[in-house]
Amino acid sequence: MSNFFTKSDLERKDAESIVSDTLKNCDDGELYLEDSKSESIILDDNKIKSSNYSSDLGFGFRAVSDEVVAYSYSNEISKDSLKSSSENLQSTLKSVKGTYNNEIPKSNKKFYSDINPIEQKTLDSKLEVLNKVNDYLRKKDGAVKQVTANFLGEHKSVEIIRSGGEAITDIRPLIRFNVSVMLEKDGRKETGVYGIGGRQAYDNYLQNDNWKSVCEEAFRIASVNMESKPAPAGEMKVVLGPGWPAILIHEAIGHGLEGDFNRKKTSAFHNLMGQKVASEGVTIVDDGTIDNRRGSLTIDDEGTPTEKTVLIENGILKNFMQDRLNARLMNTRSTGSGRRENYRHVVLPRMRNTMMLSGNQTQDEMIKSVDKGIFAVSFGGGQVDITSGKFVFNCTEAYEIINGKIGSPIKGATLIGDGPSILKEVSMVGNDMMLDPGIGTCGKAGQGVPVGVAQPSILINKMTVGGTKL
Amino acid sequence: MIKDQDFLEAKASYCLDVAKRIGATDASVTIGHSISETVNFRNKNLDESNRSDGLAFSIDTYIGKKKSSISSSNLLDENLDTLIEKCYETTKITPEDEFNSLPDKNLLADKLKDLNIYDNTHIDNDKKIQYLKELENIASEDKKIINTESSFTEKKTNFILANSDGFCSGYKTSSFTTSCVAVAKDENSMERDYEYSSKRYLDDIKDPQTLGKMASNQTIRKLSPKKIGSEKLSVIFDKRIAKGMLSAFASAISSSAIARGTSFLKDKINEQIFSNSINIIDKPDIIKGLGSKNFDSEGIKSETLNLVKEGVLKNYLVDTYNGRKLNLQSNGRSGGTTNLFFENGKQSYDELLKTNSKCIYITETIGHGSNLVTGDYSVGATGFYVEDGEFKYPINEITIAGNFKDMFKNIFLANDLDFEFSTNSPTMMIQGMTVAGK
Repeated sequence: MSNFFTKSDLERKDAESIVSDTLKNCDDGELYLEDSKSESIILDDNKIKSSNYSSDLGFGFRAVSDEVVAYSYSNEISKDSLKSSSENLQSTLKSVKGTYNNEIPKSNKKFYSDINPIEQKTLDSKLEVLNKVNDYLRKKDGAVKQVTANFLGEHKSVEIIRSGGEAITDIRPLIRFNVSVMLEKDGRKETGVYGIGGRQAYDNYLQNDNWKSVCEEAFRIASVNMESKPAPAGEMKVVLGPGWPAILIHEAIGHGLEGDFNRKKTSAFHNLMGQKVASEGVTIVDDGTIDNRRGSLTIDDEGTPTEKTVLIENGILKNFMQDRLNARLMNTRSTGSGRRENYRHVVLPRMRNTMMLSGNQTQDEMIKSVDKGIFAVSFGGGQVDITSGKFVFNCTEAYEIINGKIGSPIKGATLIGDGPSILKEVSMVGNDMMLDPGIGTCGKAGQGVPVGVAQPSILINKMTVGGTKL
Repeated sequence: MIKDQDFLEAKASYCLDVAKRIGATDASVTIGHSISETVNFRNKNLDESNRSDGLAFSIDTYIGKKKSSISSSNLLDENLDTLIEKCYETTKITPEDEFNSLPDKNLLADKLKDLNIYDNTHIDNDKKIQYLKELENIASEDKKIINTESSFTEKKTNFILANSDGFCSGYKTSSFTTSCVAVAKDENSMERDYEYSSKRYLDDIKDPQTLGKMASNQTIRKLSPKKIGSEKLSVIFDKRIAKGMLSAFASAISSSAIARGTSFLKDKINEQIFSNSINIIDKPDIIKGLGSKNFDSEGIKSETLNLVKEGVLKNYLVDTYNGRKLNLQSNGRSGGTTNLFFENGKQSYDELLKTNSKCIYITETIGHGSNLVTGDYSVGATGFYVEDGEFKYPINEITIAGNFKDMFKNIFLANDLDFEFSTNSPTMMIQGMTVAGK
């Protein structure tokens, strides 16, 4: 655990009294201290292209009164710096008369261990794995013309000091391993990308040479794409594979169920609480409590322990995801969903691991039921307009379905749909729920946070596929 | 107050001294400071104030052809010592790369032009609040507008780039950015749109009434959209998204994508990739330009580049490392383009809209559907259906798709270029794209 007060003229008791003084007439707020170390090692074009190490230390001081948030951050932890932030907050929130809410739930559960993944493995051994990846893929097939592989490791210590001096801490490891391969044959180029990661040490992911399975998967996707034909254009049935395709749930439903958009009534879901928003059999949860997952958190960035929040139960909208501010203004409780990218940013209600739970049908049944449509197995990114509810995501591995059979692979295409109605178009839910491999980053208001998704195979009756073939 | 040049220079030379003393053969260091103050409004009330004050340090250390880098926000000497030591130790065990080196000395910027990119004016939060009040009063006048969110950010930065070959230079920049996002609702739909203004000088930003009115009008006109059928159509891109086509082009001609072989524009120098009416220029010395700079992120002097002349690709965007790989001299584009733009076309905006009896006019795209390896493009879109040059009704939940290789050859431009962003395009029409809807 970082001690934020050893190398500074700022002592803990000074910090506590500045926090308490500043927040005394506010409804909420805290001092958030963060010390993060990260490394990125990239192999590209047959060489170790870069090895970067970064260390970042700073605080963010937040005062909340009614709907208004005043925020000030600095990367200098000192008495002067904290005082000047305090003045800045007080100048925004002149003459406020709130009552500070001292209540914050407690939990002893932890969902990852206090390891530092960067220090647990030497640089040499990481370079060795990256070089093995490069050799393995290039020897595998002469069509492999480019290989990029990288390790990202992070170790973040946070401490939250609330008015009255209560302090809450967390240590968060995070790693990611990614392989991208480009094939070239007869003048045609295609890429395949695959990665794994989570809140664990590298060794948990890379034991028994399982970096090879990451290489194989990236290579397999690139090979499939080498055979791909132009994708169809227009409305049709879509079967989504299990796991990572759940970014559909994240984009189509997840963002629209975040508390801030619903308090502000800018989400297409804001007036649908308790109503049927999905087909029967569709249950969606947002869970911060799965061990070692990329989207898991022991506490959120306001200090609230995370939980498994039921968003949609058997088709009915049950809960929004809340941070403290939006929960207070909507007369409910925080679901432990208050997150920020780092100390430079204010807290927003965000997703953690967003999952659609298994039903009882099989993927085979789904494919067989489709006369003309597509089967989408893997995706790149997605995006949503939460107000109109329209969302997109980009296929990176997909096939056409003709007369109940999987046909040729198709080129990457964007799929577009309507969030509030898409789940009513889900006509089959598979029995094969799978977690994604641990690679997701969600962007909102310029802040990126690690997230996870999961789902079983699903059949959607109607979506627009953005190919080029009419 | 933004830190002055002396403070940053002293830190930079301290870092270079440490690196040299412990054994680095070369080093390059950047020290930056930025202060920004933002006020956010929502529905005519203060929503958030945000002040940030941040120092940043990054260093590359070299031992011969070995290189490693470190960055941090903590500039205390004791921390710098530790990190530079760590960087040096990492460099030792990093494999050699023959292309690693500091930039050519004779390409480094020797003197700085005054580009008028720093306005020392400070605007108090109270005045920002006044601006936003006026803005939201106008933006929310129409009762179809049910929500407005607006913000005003003032940002000042200063930096020093120094390397062990004696280069040491940097300068201040400023920006003032205001924006308004509106949400409108009718019996059929709820829609969002926005407008913003970003300038180097405070006096140049749009007045609050204009900005508020534009945000409101642009949102209301999107209400009650329809979904259209799937067909091949001409697609007109509003200026605010036409520039995205240029950004994709710039990524595809970056020397790193070319050297790695992962661009659909590899080996296309001196080939016709656009129609012969198209010229693309990257000009670093536009006065008050949002992308203006004196030198790139390695210190190499940036000069105007004609990237595409009469449809023919003339230059890649070259940095030192990838230039060495490709046997090309750096053209000062480490870190990307500066002020990148399409030259004006010959037709007016109205003429462009009337080129075809029907077409669609796109105001927003969503999704990350550009594949720069294959050139395949497919994104979600919203906009308007246009008949005989007139906007008929709003459309949404459609996709537009094609391949950049074909799309680039079918680009036609209006003559309405202005410099609202760092990358700018006139209104653009691309013929023969696939629109997928119903």
